[in-house]
Amino acid sequence: MVDSVIQTKDLTKKYGEFVAVDGLNLEVQAGEVFGLLGPNGAGKTTTILMILGLTEPTAGSVRVLGLDPARQPLSVKSRVGYLPDQVGFYDELTARENLTYIARLNGIPDSQIDRRVDEALARVGLEKVAYKRAGTFSRGMRQRLGLADVLVKQPQLIIMDEPTSGLDPEASHEFLEMILDLKKEGITILLSSHLLYQVQAVCDRVGLFSQGKMVLEGTVENLAQRVLGGAYRVLVDVESVQPEIAQALEKIPGVAHVQVTDTKKYQVEAAHDIRPEAAQAVISAGGRLLGLGVQAQSLDDIYTAYFQGGSI
Amino acid sequence: MTEAMAQKPAMPDERAVAALREREGSPWTGIWSVILKEMADHLSSTRIFILEVLILLAALGTVYVASQNIQQTTAEDQFLYLRLFTTAQQPLPAFVGLLAFFIPLVAIALVFDAINGEFSRRTMSRILAQPIYRDALLMGKFLAALFTLALVCTAIWLLIFGLGILRLGVAPGGEEVGRGLLFLVATIFYGGIWLALGLVFSVVFRQSATAALASIAVWLFFTVFWGMIAGVAAQTLSPIRIGLPDEFLAQANMELALSRFSPNTLYAETMVALLRPEIRSLGILLPTQLEGAILGAPLPLSQSLLLVWPQMTGLVAASILLFALGYVLFQRQEIRA
Repeated sequence: MVDSVIQTKDLTKKYGEFVAVDGLNLEVQAGEVFGLLGPNGAGKTTTILMILGLTEPTAGSVRVLGLDPARQPLSVKSRVGYLPDQVGFYDELTARENLTYIARLNGIPDSQIDRRVDEALARVGLEKVAYKRAGTFSRGMRQRLGLADVLVKQPQLIIMDEPTSGLDPEASHEFLEMILDLKKEGITILLSSHLLYQVQAVCDRVGLFSQGKMVLEGTVENLAQRVLGGAYRVLVDVESVQPEIAQALEKIPGVAHVQVTDTKKYQVEAAHDIRPEAAQAVISAGGRLLGLGVQAQSLDDIYTAYFQGGSI
Repeated sequence: MTEAMAQKPAMPDERAVAALREREGSPWTGIWSVILKEMADHLSSTRIFILEVLILLAALGTVYVASQNIQQTTAEDQFLYLRLFTTAQQPLPAFVGLLAFFIPLVAIALVFDAINGEFSRRTMSRILAQPIYRDALLMGKFLAALFTLALVCTAIWLLIFGLGILRLGVAPGGEEVGRGLLFLVATIFYGGIWLALGLVFSVVFRQSATAALASIAVWLFFTVFWGMIAGVAAQTLSPIRIGLPDEFLAQANMELALSRFSPNTLYAETMVALLRPEIRSLGILLPTQLEGAILGAPLPLSQSLLLVWPQMTGLVAASILLFALGYVLFQRQEIRA
């Protein structure tokens, strides 16, 4: 109870007839990185706004750090940092002035503002452009400034909405590194995204959203097990594709599915690592084994399998 | 056991009810940060600079001409400094005439993008994620614009008095300064109405340009059309059937009452009564009412103030009502950027 940073109970938000969030039960523990996944319009941003108290829930309750965001919004918002989707700044002000304004709104004493702002800017590597106007910043710099903006208030929880959308690969990689650094400091992070490989790279647990509901929740391996039936995908490279080899592979205990890929390889999905058994099966079936590889299941596969295959 | 079970569910309900009653903290938390930031923006913005230069030129031009005109009569007039504001000489109008025209423009320019600008810059959700209430943001923006307007008006007012001392060579009297100050206050509140109106439109319309146009449309409506409409409406509402003097009087009073719905009329009346002490009534005066009066004799300041008290309260009340409307609309707005 003490350790749960975000806790929602049957959280529901309706816009007229449209149900944006439908009976959501979400729990995020202290120190973890939780990813909200799902297509656009699945209710991720609405959920975030309710957690912050920027939108009132139609039904259900939210607790953030043990506080009610609708009734104690000031306490919640001074402890929680929010990085919105496509964060905006006052273009005519410098990076420093933008952050100073935020520091003032947070009621940070004047004597500490300069130090905190400089620290936050240094943290995201923007100290050299601190006196440049925010209007001249690139997309990647703006996103980093957004993170600095959140760090000024030294939050216990950071909520990020699509933090890497619109960033080039290098910038988004750097950004993910920063997220991992924050996690090391013990800051809890909730992030929403539809870029799966990034979520997989940083998140401890993920929740899959679809039409206002959280349809799946757990670690990536856990989800793979449940959605794909197997957590391992073994690639078997043979000299020539023969039906006997496929049959032999299918007989191995724990194998869920065998498939021939375009590159003349067998793709075997299994509940555990079956590489030794697969090698034996290929040889005893008379095939010539060229290589064996194991591929961890990606969130991409889970996502595709879930939304194509329907329910579990 | 049964008792405990019966009481347990009641507990969270009580707490929820207690929590519903109050929100923590003051709604004005952070308002000074908002005011200071917004004022800094206003005072450094090109938009306001251009308008300030315009007003300044208008002020200097009209007052210079007026002072030239007055110089001949310095010995006879008791209220020289007030004449600086009200003396017109072809082709230049009096300074107050220009002011009635400029104040709404400056006010609209200050606030037309106050709220929708935050949305279009995508800063709204970021600002509201800070520990402040929406109240502080809206009120802060309104007050910052009002203070900026007050600053500009006061600076010009002081300049005019300064210019007066230089050109006329007489020190202003206490009553003149008093009347001038009240006029300044009335001017600022007149601006307040247009600020509140602009703020309402900036909440309602997501496009700044639409909000600006809507504000200017309202301003044009009151400046140009309302007088005509009041005239026509008075003719319909209180028609002259037989031609009795009572009917003419009723129609004139009706037209006056209708025209007072316009902030421009309220301001104009306030201005006239404060700056021209000899004005003794803002309505229609019948000859019988003037019996025994010495025409052209000035009223004391307290009497002039009494005369415009309804107008001044009207100006303030309209600002407050419009602001309240904007406040309600803004509180109900969805924050999805």
